[in-house]
Amino acid sequence: MLTRLLLSDRGGLIILALLTALIIYVPIGNLLLPADSPLHVSTFTVTLLGKFLCFALLALAIDLIWGYAGILSLGHGAFFGLGGYVMGMYLTRQIGDRGVYGHPELPDFMVFMNYDSLPWYWQGFDQFWFALLMVMLVPGLLALVFGWMAFRSRVSGVYFAIITQALVFALMLAFFRNEMGFGGNNGLTDFKDILGFDITARQTRVTLFVISGVCLIGAYLMCRFIITSRFGRVLVAIRDAESRTRFAGYQVESYKLWLFVFSAMLAGIAGALYVPQVGIINPGEFSPIASIEAVLWVAVGGRGSLFGAIIGAFSVNGAKTWFTTVYPEVWLFALGTLFVLVTLFLPRGIAGIFRTLGQWTSRKPKGDEQ
Amino acid sequence: MSLLKDTRALMRRDQVFDFMLPPPDFEQPVDLSHGPILYLEDVSVSFDGFRALNRLNLAVDAGELRCIIGPNGAGKTTMMDAITGKTRADEGQIYFGQRIDLQKLSEYQIARGGIGRKFQKPTVFEALGVFENLELSLASDKSTWASLGFRLRPDQRDRMDEVLQLIGLGTQRDRQAGTLSHGQKQWLEIGMLLMQNPMVLLVDEPVAGMTAEETERTAELLTSLAGRHTVIVVEHDMAFVRSIARRVTVLHQGSVLAEGSMDRVSSDPRVIEVYLGEET
Repeated sequence: MLTRLLLSDRGGLIILALLTALIIYVPIGNLLLPADSPLHVSTFTVTLLGKFLCFALLALAIDLIWGYAGILSLGHGAFFGLGGYVMGMYLTRQIGDRGVYGHPELPDFMVFMNYDSLPWYWQGFDQFWFALLMVMLVPGLLALVFGWMAFRSRVSGVYFAIITQALVFALMLAFFRNEMGFGGNNGLTDFKDILGFDITARQTRVTLFVISGVCLIGAYLMCRFIITSRFGRVLVAIRDAESRTRFAGYQVESYKLWLFVFSAMLAGIAGALYVPQVGIINPGEFSPIASIEAVLWVAVGGRGSLFGAIIGAFSVNGAKTWFTTVYPEVWLFALGTLFVLVTLFLPRGIAGIFRTLGQWTSRKPKGDEQ
Repeated sequence: MSLLKDTRALMRRDQVFDFMLPPPDFEQPVDLSHGPILYLEDVSVSFDGFRALNRLNLAVDAGELRCIIGPNGAGKTTMMDAITGKTRADEGQIYFGQRIDLQKLSEYQIARGGIGRKFQKPTVFEALGVFENLELSLASDKSTWASLGFRLRPDQRDRMDEVLQLIGLGTQRDRQAGTLSHGQKQWLEIGMLLMQNPMVLLVDEPVAGMTAEETERTAELLTSLAGRHTVIVVEHDMAFVRSIARRVTVLHQGSVLAEGSMDRVSSDPRVIEVYLGEET
């Protein structure tokens, strides 16, 4: 089955090979090679690449629903952020009495706001397994309720995109409020350790990086499995001719809902991996712009090819990092230009180049295909 | 209002109380004991005050090949929408066999239950191959989880090859559906209906945009399907209707104007006035 998934997908195979190489090389480069070696990978770079891996996972989740089912969600940051907050809650509980106020149970911001005891929705987050479960359940549940209402009313296209923006904006406003009990404006930060390992230690950073990479590869394979099954063909059918699909006997809404929930869970996992690496989660993750940017990664990388989303997340974020350190004031112009250029000249994104090249090489000898 | 309606429904002597009817069960064979497989009574559909269907009555027997004609705006497509669940009737009853009330079911349930529909504009899944188009339409468990693990059984594969031959696309099985000619798309869509194994085929303008030769082959195909399936064809092309029809229903302004053999219908003065007169 694995061969079926991989063989039909050359671009993806290359990306997977590169990812695997990265996962193997980075730990060696960081932990084993001496700091003055030219092949040494700094801890800063490890964390940066780890962040990119999380973004790539988010982009993958968006490409799955946008590229294959035509559902444009401009609010995937909501699920990413929720996954991040769940992980943040676990990490906050791990701080224990090492906070500024030294309270044995309550996080600093709660002490500051005169909480007597932990709110009910913070219960259980001291357990890692519970947090892991919630990382998938919370975004999944929100997607289930939201998607059920939206798809049942046959909201689609631009209207769906707009209400997802509204969703993420509403979450941002809610999480900004101190009374919500998630640290308000400042969010959750000052994490100490994860599963007993020091979160700032090099080894922990590298481990988190490797886990992110493995999760990305796993998610990629799952997405490939979905789109190469009949399920995937139903999705394409829905995207291109929704009512025809309905009259072929498919319950279109349940397909969309299933995929939307799955995609939200992937985004949640991405958020949960992101937070321990950057060390903070705040309502900024819910900003509508962040969600739109994530869709941009997919557009740049190439919608509807899965591996294109990974390329897009890496290239746009790579460019962002470079620009914001070298020419910070130019970055937004560069992003705008990039988007215009991609729309004009590469409607199928960077992955489109690969595909055209692939068709060139594989079609030429045959010559009889039109 | 609806309470009043419900009470009235209970008072009617000519039918069983609605709540006593068993739920629609597609596992059971459709009850055809009284003849009609599709039965519409007093069906009305309005859009913003415009009555697209006006107390339409229609009964189609199992295995029949019925042609429905009528001028533009006569309600032909709306009738198909009402039968397949795309549009809900404001009034009236639509039954599949004796027992199944189609108005209580949604589009996908009606499709799974055995009513297939071909659209006016040929609609196939353009990004997918011809074979995949048929595979998607194949009658099978179409729930999400079943689709994830779906594998074609050999007998299903055979059935698909059979249908591919029938619709004359045997050599095109790997071609992308979007690249087919207009006529081939029409056939592919008919083939997709056949894969659903429907009892009733609703075919909306099957020969629009076809060459004379293609039209002839389509006529053959549809006639060969009648008997095993019930075929309802909506068509404008009178020559085509004449070549296949055994029984013709003329719609006008949302209700039935005339019904009978082609010769009888075409000599009916009212039909000549509203429809045929314009063409000849």
